[in-house]
Amino acid sequence: MTKKNFKWSNLYLLLVFVVLYAPIMYLIFYSFNEGGTMTSFTGFTWDNYAAVFEDTRLMGIVLDTFLVALLASLLATVIGTFGAIGIYYVKKRNTRNTLLSMNNILLVSPDVIIGASFLILFTFIGFRLGFTSVLLSHVAFSIPIVVLMVLPKLQEMNPTMLKAAQDLGATNLQVLTKIVLPAITPGILAGYFMAFTYSLDDFAVTFFVTGNGFSTLAVEIYSRARQGVSLEINALSTLMFLFALILVIGYYFIQQYNMSKKHKQNGKKNTKAVTLL
Amino acid sequence: MKQTKTFYFVPYSIWLLLFVVAPLMLILYQSFFDIQGNFTFANYATYFQSGTYLTMTFNSIFYAFLITLFTLLISYPTAYLLVRTKHKQLWLLLIILPTWINLLLKAYAFIGIFSMNGTVNDFLSFTGIGRQQILFTDMSFLLVASYIEIPFMILPIYNALEEMNPSYLKASNDLGANSWETFRRVIFPLSLNGVKSGVQAVFIPSLSLFMLTRLIGGNRVITLGTAIEQHFLVTENWGMGSTIGVILIIAMFLMMLVTGEKKKKGAVHKK
Repeated sequence: MTKKNFKWSNLYLLLVFVVLYAPIMYLIFYSFNEGGTMTSFTGFTWDNYAAVFEDTRLMGIVLDTFLVALLASLLATVIGTFGAIGIYYVKKRNTRNTLLSMNNILLVSPDVIIGASFLILFTFIGFRLGFTSVLLSHVAFSIPIVVLMVLPKLQEMNPTMLKAAQDLGATNLQVLTKIVLPAITPGILAGYFMAFTYSLDDFAVTFFVTGNGFSTLAVEIYSRARQGVSLEINALSTLMFLFALILVIGYYFIQQYNMSKKHKQNGKKNTKAVTLL
Repeated sequence: MKQTKTFYFVPYSIWLLLFVVAPLMLILYQSFFDIQGNFTFANYATYFQSGTYLTMTFNSIFYAFLITLFTLLISYPTAYLLVRTKHKQLWLLLIILPTWINLLLKAYAFIGIFSMNGTVNDFLSFTGIGRQQILFTDMSFLLVASYIEIPFMILPIYNALEEMNPSYLKASNDLGANSWETFRRVIFPLSLNGVKSGVQAVFIPSLSLFMLTRLIGGNRVITLGTAIEQHFLVTENWGMGSTIGVILIIAMFLMMLVTGEKKKKGAVHKK
């Protein structure tokens, strides 16, 4: 009986995985199509990939997207880490909870609201839309996730260590660089990583605050997809899939590193963090 | 020491004020202005009096409900079975991987799959049903939205099931419950928190998926998100857009209240 059960459940899981991956594989499959449509495969070709690399506008957008993601996640990690340390030092429980709820507002808000309200904000203070407005928005919506990744690591830190360091005459800077930062490095790394993928993945917020001159990959794909099928996008998505694969493997190793560092208990917390994706 | 503590807080506080508090205030403020910039309550009056906006809101909520239901029906058994597999970390990673592919690319794939000569229609004509218009219908929007949200439902349920103490199952078994009773009385109640966070993670974004209604729904489905995008970027009536935004924020808070309350209590108990 158990054996039969086992088979049915495997079949179901297999089906779910097929459904999850079918559209992605479909995109990749037709990226090699000679025919120019996404419906009939006429022959194998690398032309679509060549077209992607020859399209200087598209390549520029790819570079811009990565630049925004790298800068935004870096800034968000710095601000978020200091914010988390600040929240950690807040002693009053109510103040702390209020801060945390405010921190989480941008995480739970729908993208459209974030985009629309940032658009009003930038217009209100007379900021020109473009690279900087996109960068600032990405920093803004990535900060809360960094805080959420760093804060648990701070709470796991042994507070007597801080006391001991101070008693032994360490300056504030030394406490920070020798005790606090090493203890929370895994959290900071995970936060940076999440911020990076948030930024790369974002469409809706960018769409609102991008203005006319500047575009990221997601916005570009949207405007091209609205005009119909172009196999260049397919080739691009294959490349992005490979990149995501590398990122996931990277994340997996960060997770493993965290787990080996602090026994098994941490593993659960990490999977929890992954839920926030 | 005190000084450094406040120093840590400076950039973070600026962020809180400028990008969390100010935008929320501004969207509320903007909702009281008409297209010429005069202060007015007319936006709210229009919203509640004209049937179109209310119908649109109701439709959007109904679609979000359907999407949440579909994903829950598919995701719960998946999470349940995943917890019982070998190498579950690896399988979980494979569930997460598609969420790292940009949403627009996934939507774009469906333009091909659902098109008149696409794979689904090839299959339908092969089985003798004949080709149907699938793209740009309500159904296609529901299917694609559910597809995109499935991993976000699986993960929290998976975590809830994973955290469950296996000795409860043994105890239930020893006390004579059959597997259905164990599921109904032990497993499901204990996984309810996961289901709630999953519902939260799916329902709220489903209200605002404007890119899908444009690319897949062919503008037939208008969600709250589509309406906001339309008012802000097409008709430039920011006041009305903000009004709908305020409604969406209220809907979000209501949703969190409904799905969040018991979770908090549970968390306090555990500690």
